[in-house]
Amino acid sequence: MNYKNLIQIALRALANNKMRGFLTMLGIIIGVSSVIVMMTLGASQKESIRSDIGSMGTNMIIIHPYSENRGGVRQSAADMQTLKMYDYQSLVRDCKYTARLSPVFTSSAQAIYGNNNTPTVAYGVEAGYLDIRNYTVGRGSMFTDNDIKRASKVCVVGQTVVDKLFTKGEDPLGMVIRFGSIPFRIIGVLSPKGYDSGGNDQDNLIITPYTTVQKRILAINYIPTIFASALSEEYTDQAVAEISEILQINHRIAIGETNDFEVFSMQEMLNTLNSVMNTLTAVLSCVAGISLLVGGIGIMNIMYVSVTERTREIGLRMSIGAKGRHIMLQFLIESIIISVTGGIIGVVFGFILSWLGLWAMGWPFSIQLFPIVLSFAVCTVTGVFFGWYPARKAARLNPIDAIRFE
Amino acid sequence: MNEIIKLDAIRRDFTVGSETVHALRGVSFSIAEGEFVTIMGTSGSGKSTLLNILGCLDVPSSGEYLLDGVSVRTMGPNDRATLRNRKIGFVFQSYNLLPKTTAVENVELPLLYNRGFSARQRREKAVTALEAVGLGNRLNHRSNQMSGGQQQRVAIARALVNDPVILLADEATGNLDTRTSFEILTLFQRLHAEGRTIIFVTHNPEIAQFSSRNIVLRDGRIIEDKINGDIASARSVLESMPKED
Repeated sequence: MNYKNLIQIALRALANNKMRGFLTMLGIIIGVSSVIVMMTLGASQKESIRSDIGSMGTNMIIIHPYSENRGGVRQSAADMQTLKMYDYQSLVRDCKYTARLSPVFTSSAQAIYGNNNTPTVAYGVEAGYLDIRNYTVGRGSMFTDNDIKRASKVCVVGQTVVDKLFTKGEDPLGMVIRFGSIPFRIIGVLSPKGYDSGGNDQDNLIITPYTTVQKRILAINYIPTIFASALSEEYTDQAVAEISEILQINHRIAIGETNDFEVFSMQEMLNTLNSVMNTLTAVLSCVAGISLLVGGIGIMNIMYVSVTERTREIGLRMSIGAKGRHIMLQFLIESIIISVTGGIIGVVFGFILSWLGLWAMGWPFSIQLFPIVLSFAVCTVTGVFFGWYPARKAARLNPIDAIRFE
Repeated sequence: MNEIIKLDAIRRDFTVGSETVHALRGVSFSIAEGEFVTIMGTSGSGKSTLLNILGCLDVPSSGEYLLDGVSVRTMGPNDRATLRNRKIGFVFQSYNLLPKTTAVENVELPLLYNRGFSARQRREKAVTALEAVGLGNRLNHRSNQMSGGQQQRVAIARALVNDPVILLADEATGNLDTRTSFEILTLFQRLHAEGRTIIFVTHNPEIAQFSSRNIVLRDGRIIEDKINGDIASARSVLESMPKED
């Protein structure tokens, strides 16, 4: 007796009951496809959040002064004056894991051009800030180091500012706008970036040399914030550690003392979001898994009924030479064929469903290998596990009783 | 003559609750190659138990059973399954064909449990067996599309396909009308004439006249064992019957 013959026997038996086979499969199909849908949707949502954060720069690092308590009142971080130009310069000189560094000075005011005005924020930065935040200059050009040295009154503006100040078709390049009381010449326009996941318009800003904002608008000698980018996402942790170390040395902070600065990375935020999403996906997949279990019990039920219904057939097979083992294998193979075929249909069906769902929601669709492998493993195990009991029952029948069973 | 079956003081006891039922109380006989034996008896005579033992589905409580020279009593269930597969052909009262399955596939069945045959050999042998029972033109008819007589012919073909040393028929004509019964009996007589060894278990005394030997059981013992010197021809009975359309 070889397996080829047994598979042939099982296939013939299944072919005799196509409708029943299909209905039995239905449970598995629904179970597997819901697992696939849940996992694909979860993965896609994670990807979508990831790309949201990615548009801010996944390797972005933010350095703040630490807000300390003064007389029992915690001060705003922006009021702290612990970060100096010297810190920035030593970071630029000594950091090995950062790609870009930029001090950031911000100031809010009305931008005015002709009869139009709009509230906006001026970011006084290094040219590298564009890379850190994933901005690109769409038209015109970025300011130069020379502009920073001379604290030039030039700016690169976001699309929202352009839309608010200029009439349609008017070329903003070379025009002079006023930010508060200071005139800035527009030398470039940023490519639009849209809203971030917090609902903030990322195009409502003007970018200028940091010296201009620091000296001409704020007139301060400390740095409110430093932005940096790690060499790549994987180096973020090293970059954070390195920055902390350099600043600790600069500020003469002993081991165990509280830092007078804080270093954040987007990576941490991403990790938190990821773990929330993973939990959600796991919970939903568990619910889907339960329907797979119910499908498995359906298989057991049908196989069990089938053993009773086919008692005479089993008796006949035994009387013409089938051993208990053959009968057992036949029923096991039948249930495995049902569950694996159901699994294949379920995988295909699940992907079609999730593709439709994601297409409707506008989320990215990608085929994940893991749910496929998982579903297949679960299906085979289901077939064996739930087919085993009825198969054993069939194999233990006494041929004398079985052949005359009415 | 070559002895196909040799029974020596076969006893078979069943325990029902606290009582012991003696189904067979010491049965001895031998059957030689080429015999057509009817085993008769009323219900409760022990003929079903004897059939189960002859068919290696059951083992005796005591006594010796040699099938084609092999001692069956000490064999395990798996060895007996193989023995059934190679040496015995069963024909049942209710045909026991697989439902919705073609004649060829039904006949192939015993060979599926035998490693020695390829798919092509299986089919060839099944077709040959079906031709031998006169169903060469119904190879791919499904069991539910056939009459009772045709189904029993398929069952006989299935019993013949593994070239058994013995054909065991259990009330093989019990479910058929008179005419079809004689058709099947004619077929058995033809197989007998071709040299097959046949045991036909029945409670119908009429059938004894068509066999070469008749054994009668009562209360677990043989009360009669007679060679039939004047075998009636089932074919001539069939031809004397009024023709139907």
